[in-house]
Amino acid sequence: MRLSLDHMTIRQRQALTAYIFLAIPAVFYSVIRFYPALESFYLSLTKWNIVSPTKQWVGLANYQRLFKDPVFWKVLGNTFEYVAIGLPTTLILSFLVAYYLDKVKFGQGMLRAMYFLPHIASAVAMAWVWRWLYQPPPIGLFNNILTQLGIGGQPFLTSTVQAIPAITAPVVWAGMGFNIVIFLAGLKAIPESYYEAARIDGASNFQILRRITLPLLKPTVLFLAIINTIQLLRIFDQVYNMTQDGLGGPLNSTKPIVLHIYHSAFHKFDMGYASAATVVLFGILMLITLIQMKVLGKKS
Amino acid sequence: MIGRTASRAMIWGALFVGGVLCILPIWLMLSTSLKFSNEAYDLSLIPNNPTFGNYIKIMTEGRFPLWLFNSLVVALGTTVSVLFFDSLVGYTLAKFKFRGQKIVFVLILSTLMIPTEMLVIPWYVMAKTFGWLDSYWGIMFPGMMTGFGTFLMKQFFETVPDELLDAARIDGLSEFAIFRRIALPLVKPALAALAIFIFLGNWAAFLWPLIVTNSKDLYTLPIGLAFFSGEHQAEWEMIMAGAAIASLPTLIAFLLFQRHIIQGITLSGLKS
Repeated sequence: MRLSLDHMTIRQRQALTAYIFLAIPAVFYSVIRFYPALESFYLSLTKWNIVSPTKQWVGLANYQRLFKDPVFWKVLGNTFEYVAIGLPTTLILSFLVAYYLDKVKFGQGMLRAMYFLPHIASAVAMAWVWRWLYQPPPIGLFNNILTQLGIGGQPFLTSTVQAIPAITAPVVWAGMGFNIVIFLAGLKAIPESYYEAARIDGASNFQILRRITLPLLKPTVLFLAIINTIQLLRIFDQVYNMTQDGLGGPLNSTKPIVLHIYHSAFHKFDMGYASAATVVLFGILMLITLIQMKVLGKKS
Repeated sequence: MIGRTASRAMIWGALFVGGVLCILPIWLMLSTSLKFSNEAYDLSLIPNNPTFGNYIKIMTEGRFPLWLFNSLVVALGTTVSVLFFDSLVGYTLAKFKFRGQKIVFVLILSTLMIPTEMLVIPWYVMAKTFGWLDSYWGIMFPGMMTGFGTFLMKQFFETVPDELLDAARIDGLSEFAIFRRIALPLVKPALAALAIFIFLGNWAAFLWPLIVTNSKDLYTLPIGLAFFSGEHQAEWEMIMAGAAIASLPTLIAFLLFQRHIIQGITLSGLKS
């Protein structure tokens, strides 16, 4: 009897300690995470210019406006274009580098560092470096090279067609470092004995890649696909810094959804409309995460 | 055998050329930042007549020293807070039994699903209401704790044996002292990884500092650089000097602690 009472007090004391340790974090998560998330949903149902003391309830009007707004469809299309270009390029290039880097014995650390360096540099600083590289001749490096090769200068960031790929390039370039490191970790986790067995059976390098390496790397590929997709859907820094006055031009041709939200909320003070756009972004990200869970769940 | 060596050498050569191409933009940024304006257009890899003039100019005439300081304060402050609270919460969730434990964990984990973009408007309203606009606290408050770090620390604290903590309890140590002096030193690698991850993230943060700061004196480096570059659009050698100041601290840190940083990124990446 006594023993169990003592036992109880220890457990109660443990619980009490836990609640004390969690007190400040509980306030933080309620006030800085959950309340704002709910407020976003609420704001998306109102019309508000942030200055006026009252928010006018408008129901789903902001969502109706969004879906009737050609600019919204344009930015949604742009956002998916960043993903469509950036995702396969990042995955394929990173895998190729990691696959061969894994086989290198001499100077592997140095080579890896060279590919990783862009990942660690400030994204805003690198956006300006790339913006400079894209300048018309005689300033920009790319146009200088193209002119010397006789291909002729390209408009890059000032073209409605070339600007999205031109902005995606530094995103891929900076993201490769991270992707390569994760791919390398995945490759190193594959037991050497699998390769040896395959080689004894007379399998070629390509057969080993197709039958052993790629299937075993599937979870890594999936993880990276999701991470990169989410990052590309949320693209902002590069577009803001590589387009004139951060407007996502020319003619909204590079404007992604986050930049549209930023302008609607903090330049036009159309808080309800901007909140509705954040809810749509949230929905898209949720959908992609759910698809990930489903596919991952099936595999394991 | 000769064929094999040759193909190995070719692979190495191709990887090396690719690596050189990867660091070329960074190299060009550095070399141009050391050039006089009349030389900036020749795109030579090494300046003929190197000068620190651009750096001296932007450090003395502009607000770059202030922005550098602001970035350091914000990134360090956030990192210290995250290390403390995320490990405290991770430890509590891993090592204590109490009612509502599962719910607390699931709730914290669910914050990972909420994108920052969805929270910035309410955060801005909050900062405006409480007078936090244009202050360090205003820049830092949304990032003082992270669901990601909590999850990472919980994973690591689960590997700490309970017997060790119970022995400390018998010795009469307070619960906080057990956390601080017994458990925390055992998860140092995880703390280092989390510190690197959070510091780099806050050093590079752009969207929220852009929204919450109006006064140029409160800008962090990325915001300051974006503003400065917008104002000096034709002076590329100056912009490159600014870009170098914004990226050099992390680049140098990387060259010094390469292995730790890559391990940290891998660890954080794989655990997420």
